[in-house]
Amino acid sequence: MAHAADERHPMTGNRMDSRDDTGFERHEYDVVVIGAGGSGLRAAIAAHDAGARVAVVCKSLLGKAHTVMAEGGIAASMGNLYPDDNWKVHFRDTMRGGKMLNNWRMAQLHAQEAPERVLELEEWGALFDRTPDGLISQRDFGGHRYARLAHVGDRTGLEMIRTLQQHTVALGIDVFMECTVTDIFKDPSTGSATGRVSGAFAYWRETGRFVVFDAPAVVLATGGIGKSYQVTSNSWEYTGDGHALAMKTGASLINMEFVQFHPTGMVWPPSVKGILVTESVRGDGGALKNSEGNRFMFDYIPEYFKAETADSIEEAEGWYTDKTNNRRPPELLPRDEVARAINSEIKAGRGSPHGGVFLDIASRRDADFIKRRLPSMYHQFKELADVDITKEPMEVGPTCHYVMGGVEVDADTEQSIVPGLYAVGEVAGGMHGSNRLGGNSLSDLLVFGRRAGHNAAYYVHRLKGERPNVQESDVRRAADTALAPFEIEDGAENPYTIQKDLQDVMQRLVGIIRKREELEEALVEIDRLKERAKKLAVEGNRQYNPGWHLAIDLTNQLIVSECIAKAALEREESRGGHTRDDFPAADDSWGEVNLVLTLAGGDFSAPVDLKRQPLPVMPDDLKELFL
Amino acid sequence: MSYDLSMRVWRGDSSGGALGDYTVEVEEGEVVLDAIHRLQATQAGDLAVRWNCKAGKCGSCSAEVNGRPRLMCMTRLSDFDQAETITVTPVRSFPVIRDLVTDVSFNYEKAKQVPAAKLTPRDPDGKRRMMQVDVERGQEFRKCIECFLCQNVCHVIRDHEDNKQAFAGPRFFLRYAELDMHPLDTNDRRKLAQDAAGIGMCNITKCCTEVCPENIHITDNAIIPMKERVVDRKYDPVTWLGSKIRRRDQRDEV
Repeated sequence: MAHAADERHPMTGNRMDSRDDTGFERHEYDVVVIGAGGSGLRAAIAAHDAGARVAVVCKSLLGKAHTVMAEGGIAASMGNLYPDDNWKVHFRDTMRGGKMLNNWRMAQLHAQEAPERVLELEEWGALFDRTPDGLISQRDFGGHRYARLAHVGDRTGLEMIRTLQQHTVALGIDVFMECTVTDIFKDPSTGSATGRVSGAFAYWRETGRFVVFDAPAVVLATGGIGKSYQVTSNSWEYTGDGHALAMKTGASLINMEFVQFHPTGMVWPPSVKGILVTESVRGDGGALKNSEGNRFMFDYIPEYFKAETADSIEEAEGWYTDKTNNRRPPELLPRDEVARAINSEIKAGRGSPHGGVFLDIASRRDADFIKRRLPSMYHQFKELADVDITKEPMEVGPTCHYVMGGVEVDADTEQSIVPGLYAVGEVAGGMHGSNRLGGNSLSDLLVFGRRAGHNAAYYVHRLKGERPNVQESDVRRAADTALAPFEIEDGAENPYTIQKDLQDVMQRLVGIIRKREELEEALVEIDRLKERAKKLAVEGNRQYNPGWHLAIDLTNQLIVSECIAKAALEREESRGGHTRDDFPAADDSWGEVNLVLTLAGGDFSAPVDLKRQPLPVMPDDLKELFL
Repeated sequence: MSYDLSMRVWRGDSSGGALGDYTVEVEEGEVVLDAIHRLQATQAGDLAVRWNCKAGKCGSCSAEVNGRPRLMCMTRLSDFDQAETITVTPVRSFPVIRDLVTDVSFNYEKAKQVPAAKLTPRDPDGKRRMMQVDVERGQEFRKCIECFLCQNVCHVIRDHEDNKQAFAGPRFFLRYAELDMHPLDTNDRRKLAQDAAGIGMCNITKCCTEVCPENIHITDNAIIPMKERVVDRKYDPVTWLGSKIRRRDQRDEV
């Protein structure tokens, strides 16, 4: 696979000549962004704008990333419908939604910068729904004081990814599609004790050939971990790659015990179990009912949100048109509260025929309104479940949707503890505390994507040509590790089987409601799976071989699953996306603690280490917002 | 309520291949993609297939099911008789990479040729104003999930490989129309749509509209109006004169 010196890459136009010692395809950039969802593309655009040479490397085709699945909208206090809305209100909602465990500085930057990021998308061609005055429309969502989500029907993520994709293409940024990164390299002779980032190692899914990137800055934008659960709204890509890459590179994760189960996923037919039903259904008037026809959410209003939640149906109904004199319906409590309530109703035997509860908008809004505001939901239920949501209620139940936990980063720059390694979006931790509010994800991607891109570019600029080097021995080791599944002969394990077993363990023992014995059992099971995973074997050859791809991704899943279970066992309280049956209340002393996870061994078979760390303390002027 | 489904799935690569016969256990309510996944997990670990969202939103799992271009995730097994054999082959207009995965880079190359939106300046308060009724036309086209099924069935390229150079295909006529109908965009792409994208070669047989999983009225709402706009520019003497003194809502030809 030697290339002539002047040969150019068909997709990127880069030179393809390989280095003599390893013979692999080789590319040199300033910033390599891993992931082409909202945060990755926004980071790439920002780094490009700051003058860096940028590449985006992604597992799927451009435009297919998980962001495309986002439905409801982008939270930003533009005040287009409620002039009283501003960043301070948004900041307060975000912190309270995360039960105050958020990194306050990230939550502040997020609330302050989100409006401009939305307007920027419009600048690049996004067509948002409008208010009667022609401004960007904003919709109601759980946990938000005002109607705040910029949206396009219920396909906001598609609009966002397409806009960023088209802008990325217009800027001429190189995109390596269907290319998976398996290792990040460091140069131990530079920077701090751990060394600085020097590049990354990847394979083309199409051919199985390897690629080496020489790059002093790497931005992780790989999304979440949902594929480690049986019932999830996440796609095959969500195997925690960035979480695991960060740990293998010496970075740390925080908040991994907090996994968001979205309250409303489809429950039937079996093939669609877990597919998301947008929170917009409730924002636009949908009510949750049990098998007895009761709006049960009124029975689950927690003390923490009592002052701002309607306690009668009359008041809740009044809120949709008059937000000044009525409090919000309990259906629009933060997601963790609603998911737990649904879980309890089902357990109490008041569920729907297929093991969910009813979400009814048919009897509450007219068919035209539903089809206009929720076109994809209408389409999705009609096509996949034979349910006409303008005529009958939907059946819904909790589905693993989002991980609050992720790489510990500096709030302003998104740099991890490893110089040159950045993380942004779902793979970064801290912003959402113990629970993320709906709509805050898309805005998170934009705000911190831009910050990470800028900062990565400036970091490279400040190196002034003293670029860290990729060690050839590391390249060879990375190649050997990636090819190991082709070498196994005795006691071969099927990656599909281990993934299924892992999903079963996580769903059963590290799900919505947790307890000590089950978490301990989960850790034992994960250890066993790790042992089996040393024998992962695949059939066929390296050309577009999903079995091989899974074998590699699976080791990442095992690392992050251990992180989740370990942190969940340690945190002896219930808060946000972490509920302990044996410690059902929130505990103030735990409210000041982050759990930090690292992987000293640097390899998936090594154990995960955990330590406690004090939460950053909010300055007094911001504390006043909570009095 | 499971049963054994007979499937024929094309296996091979650019050098050739053949249909493989399989029997897969499937459940009530499943879709073709479920059957393909089970096949992959239990019998053919290296079966190549693209997919992401499994909910008809990402447009990755395009294939031909019993000869009809479909998204596999939106094709329900209950639409077929249980005794019927389901045949799955890769989409035909693009070169096969392996099994059900094809090389769709044609579409990404064409995407690079469309000049992006360039809006008029913001209003004094830093915001922009557009009426809902005006954005709705473009919004219909922006529902496109880029499954490229319209490209696959468009006979201008399906049966005429040599046309690909000069013809961008329905997906990109949508894009040209969307930008041309954008209330605040300042670029005039009509010449490009005609010359580089080849919209004139489309003879509106509506194959693209029929196959669109998002039910976008590609032909009626995008291609025909875009053809009319192109013609206006070319033949209307008033428009011609206007273009000479740089009017037509202040758009610049690109």
